[in-house]
Amino acid sequence: MSDKVKFTVKDLDLFYGNFQALKKINMSIEQGKITAFIGPSGCGKSTFLKTLNRMNDLIEGVKIEGEVTLDGVDIYKDFDAIMLRSRVGMVFQQPNPFPMSIYDNVAYGPRIHGVKKKSALDEIVEKSLRQAAIWDEVKDKLKKSALAVSGGQQQRVCIARTLAIEPEVILMDEPTSALDPISTIKIEDLATELKKQYTIIIVTHNMQQAGRISDKTAFFLTGEVIEYGDTEQIFNKPVNKKTEDYITGRFG
Amino acid sequence: MKKNVSNQNKAGRAVEYKETLFRMIFLLSALVSVLSVIAIIVFVFAKGLRPFFGKDAYSFLSFITGLKWDPNNNVFGILYMIVGSLLATLGAIALGVPIGLLTAVFIAEIAPKKIVSVIKPGIELLAGIPSVIYGAFGLGIIVPLINKISPTGQGQSLLAVICVLTIMVLPTIISLSESSIRAVPKSYREASYGLGASKIQTIFKAVVPAARSGILTATVLGIGRAIGETMAVMMIAGNNIGGLPTSIFSKVRPLTTNIAMEMSYASGRHQDMLFATGVVLFTFIMLVNFTLIRLTKRLGNEGPLR
Repeated sequence: MSDKVKFTVKDLDLFYGNFQALKKINMSIEQGKITAFIGPSGCGKSTFLKTLNRMNDLIEGVKIEGEVTLDGVDIYKDFDAIMLRSRVGMVFQQPNPFPMSIYDNVAYGPRIHGVKKKSALDEIVEKSLRQAAIWDEVKDKLKKSALAVSGGQQQRVCIARTLAIEPEVILMDEPTSALDPISTIKIEDLATELKKQYTIIIVTHNMQQAGRISDKTAFFLTGEVIEYGDTEQIFNKPVNKKTEDYITGRFG
Repeated sequence: MKKNVSNQNKAGRAVEYKETLFRMIFLLSALVSVLSVIAIIVFVFAKGLRPFFGKDAYSFLSFITGLKWDPNNNVFGILYMIVGSLLATLGAIALGVPIGLLTAVFIAEIAPKKIVSVIKPGIELLAGIPSVIYGAFGLGIIVPLINKISPTGQGQSLLAVICVLTIMVLPTIISLSESSIRAVPKSYREASYGLGASKIQTIFKAVVPAARSGILTATVLGIGRAIGETMAVMMIAGNNIGGLPTSIFSKVRPLTTNIAMEMSYASGRHQDMLFATGVVLFTFIMLVNFTLIRLTKRLGNEGPLR
């Protein structure tokens, strides 16, 4: 596996009005790996994740300073947010399929980006659902509402919907926090499978999950990255005392 | 100790009486509207169906398919009125729904708060204007304008009715569509943006489809408003005594205005025939309501439409 850097973040500050939510973040995120962000609620890990596809642009009063580059190109200066988001897909905390059929959900992105031919769409939908390991479960109900399947299945439909736009990076914002343990395992297996083709960045408050699936882990606290390194090192030999306290469950 | 218990019992019974009393009051209040509906239906149908039964009955078929209304010569045909009512409603909906929906989207999704604070009270005011004022406006402004372009040289026309009805259905369509658009969860918008959609794409591909049940409800209510409108329409329709409309410049005579214009002096069979017109109108309104109930039930679960 290559150690090519996908995202480089330099001195990133983020403010909600007067409140500084992220403080001088510096990080390199490697291609083809799963990077996990852990930390207690409100530590800025989700906020940081959303700077990577500029979802924070949608919130009023957000100010961002510093530099984030994707493959060496500044995503805030030299990128259109819409272009960026079709290269950096996102899966949300709550499964959020549109109130449409499963097919239309997965075809939403390709249609937005101009794919009109039925045969091409059919192909993309099937491929994406297969990749998301849910094809066999839903192939007979593609025309049924995506809201009619279970929460875990909905989340995998959402992952398929993200895969359908053929992104390079997939951001996952606590993708299993609303799911039962079995669905969680399925999503985790899926993430491990997907990292062969995609760079995956996952926010989780479940430390076991970070330990199980990630290659690199960053520990966030009050808007700062306290420690960032190989997952094994972070969990077994944390350098920082605060990381150790959090890992061992002394707070958070 | 004993005394205390009996006191409590007494107090308990008093509360119970009060509860029962209030329940009765609530029930009576609720009955007022239900009984009114029943009374109106019975009354209108009894009067309106009379001419078609018994000795000297008027043929229901020639009533419902007739193209001429001439009470003095015992000719009562309302097909051209039905057509006029339907065309006017169709026209108002065809214009009103797109305008109303775009306005709703603008208010809910696009316009800055300052502009919304001007537009919204404007729309609310529009809803509160009495229909006679709409009629006067139509007669004073729209009819003369149409007069200038009409090949018939006559401003009172189907087109005039459609114009005024379009304005009249707007508040209903806008406010209902707006609230259903606002009720669309933020997560749908996030999902759409997250897939690389622009704002306009997000609005039309994700938000509006998610709000469709509310928008459909708004449309159906708009139909009900348009088909039932009387006063404004009466002043600008032309109210011809016969003949199907052949263009948007033709005069029309909607069902509602037929009743309103002649009821004050009609008697005997003529009056019954006006009630019969009411029966037809009522049937349309019930159809609209029935559709509304079906729609809200079917779309309530937000199942896929396509």
